[in-house]
Amino acid sequence: MTPAAGEPLLRVEDLRVEFPTEDGVVKAVDGISYDVGRGQTLGIVGESGSGKTVAALSILGLTRAQGARTTGRIVFEGRDLVSLEEAELRKIRGNEIAMVFQDPLSALHPLYRVGAQIVEAVGAHQDVSKAQARKRTIELLGLVGIPDPGRRVDDYPHEFSGGMRQRAMIAMALANEPKLLIADEPTTALDVTVQAQILALLERLKSELGMGMVIVTHDLGVVAEMAEEIAVMYAGRIVETATTEALLDHPEHPYTWGLLRSIPTLDGPREELLTPIPGSPPSLIDPPSGCHFHPRCAYAQPEHARIDPELLPLPADPAHKVACLLEPQVRRGLWEKSA
Amino acid sequence: MTRYIIRRILWGVLLLILVTALMFVLFRILPAGEPARLRAGRNASPRVIAEIRRDLGLNKSLPAQFWIYMKEVFLHFNLGYSYYSSAPVRGLIAERLGATVSLTVGGAIVWLATGLPVGIISALRRGSKLDRASMGAALVLVSAPEYWLGLIALYLLAADIGRLKIFPGADSYVALASDPWKWFTSLILPWLVLAAGSAAIYARLMRSTLTEAMGEDYIRTARAKGLSERRVVLRHGVRAAVNPIMTILALDIGTLIGSAILVEVVFNIHGVGQLAYTAITHADFPIVQGTVLLGALFIVVASIVVDIAYAYLDPRVRYS
Repeated sequence: MTPAAGEPLLRVEDLRVEFPTEDGVVKAVDGISYDVGRGQTLGIVGESGSGKTVAALSILGLTRAQGARTTGRIVFEGRDLVSLEEAELRKIRGNEIAMVFQDPLSALHPLYRVGAQIVEAVGAHQDVSKAQARKRTIELLGLVGIPDPGRRVDDYPHEFSGGMRQRAMIAMALANEPKLLIADEPTTALDVTVQAQILALLERLKSELGMGMVIVTHDLGVVAEMAEEIAVMYAGRIVETATTEALLDHPEHPYTWGLLRSIPTLDGPREELLTPIPGSPPSLIDPPSGCHFHPRCAYAQPEHARIDPELLPLPADPAHKVACLLEPQVRRGLWEKSA
Repeated sequence: MTRYIIRRILWGVLLLILVTALMFVLFRILPAGEPARLRAGRNASPRVIAEIRRDLGLNKSLPAQFWIYMKEVFLHFNLGYSYYSSAPVRGLIAERLGATVSLTVGGAIVWLATGLPVGIISALRRGSKLDRASMGAALVLVSAPEYWLGLIALYLLAADIGRLKIFPGADSYVALASDPWKWFTSLILPWLVLAAGSAAIYARLMRSTLTEAMGEDYIRTARAKGLSERRVVLRHGVRAAVNPIMTILALDIGTLIGSAILVEVVFNIHGVGQLAYTAITHADFPIVQGTVLLGALFIVVASIVVDIAYAYLDPRVRYS
């Protein structure tokens, strides 16, 4: 099936992912929708426990093994991945859509050589000889900037540094030239300087290979540079989404304000305090009534505990959507006063 | 690595010397009865007993006996002579080694070939009826002593006395060289009885290590590559789950030798275990020492082999 012109590479519609547990049903993802265009990057931002990782894993059905109940649609090039058989989905995993995970030390198998693990990824989808797969692996390791790849291909993961391991993970993800790369906290487990290198690498690969990308992170700074669009997740939902520029310029949701205030700036005064968001993410089994953010929101009104806000476009910028019960003028005023 | 292996072997030899010394001391101190008197019979005169003591070398001082014994064992591989039959212990053991090796090696194969797959299936179908049934059966088998299990097996399944006459029963063992088919069938029940307890423990162990491994991030990575679930489980999950099992395998192989004594007695297999059992009841020290030393040698060799294998199984382990 050829996708219709103008259709995005990935369209997620009303995705819900629930895990039945002994304590109750965890609604990890509670009805989110977004598009990723060809060669475009979407950043999904939120705290731990906001459901962003589950949202990423469920694209490839990797939550199935944990007994997740998934509803909604995940349309990738005309196919709905939610309803796809496991065998069909397997042909897409690592092939048309690939993933990079948070901690490359635990994500790589400790008992196999790095090269062998990439060779396996090549062999999973391409009918090539061992020698060809190995040649391709060395090429990939070179592409992601591993020095002396012909030698390092036979190293074990514990012989690599953290940054090199993540480069190897990225090489593995690129093995079959995916159209979409999903990166779940790709830099969180790395040193700051290495983080910058990995982000630069992803940026370079994206423009060289023309991949679509979904970057999941808790760090707005990571996606600010790379993503064209950002979706902010809270308690399993998207509470604000906009182009990166609009979101950083005039964020509308008090939670997004909180995320922005908890990032240090280099040009700000040294004694400026970072403001953490008070409280912790709510339970996904029994989320707060009304607006899920109201118990932590400094601007919550009594009625916010009853009314569940919808994600609505701003009149001035329909691409900018926010789920907040405050009046738009009030929000604007609050943000400008605090900035 | 070579240096490590050499050092490991030297330590093994030292350990065997210590075991031998300890056994010598233990058997002389324990009030097991005077061997010369046991051998001479009830109404022997003191002169006869003194003569026997001289023949057996028991009239020499303990340190002298010890020195002679150690020298013979480690320089001439001579384990001494039976107090009872005067037959050389080395010969007695050699005669019976085939039966014991058949029993233990076959038992170990049955043990691993049933325990590990059952554990794998249980781990993958956790909470299913199959899992609960096999883990329940495992619990029963872990708790059942071999001699009891052996007698039950004979009572139920042996061709001569059993309720269902299916397998050859006690006293049917023949050597592999004389009749391979009879050898095989005669060992089926002993193998099953010997393997039961260990297989049950390993099924439970495999279930828990594989369950843990399947929750690791690298399993998710393997799935994200688009590998088949079969490959994910066998190449990635089981491969990681086997490592912790390897570490305790050497010790458990040692336990298997101990269990083999009981199984040989129950099934009347003329192996080293039965030799040891009879020797213990007769206070025939040289034979007891010889069989214990053989067991110790077996454990030392098994643990060296497992340690070396471990370095190959886990690249993060490097001996220096």
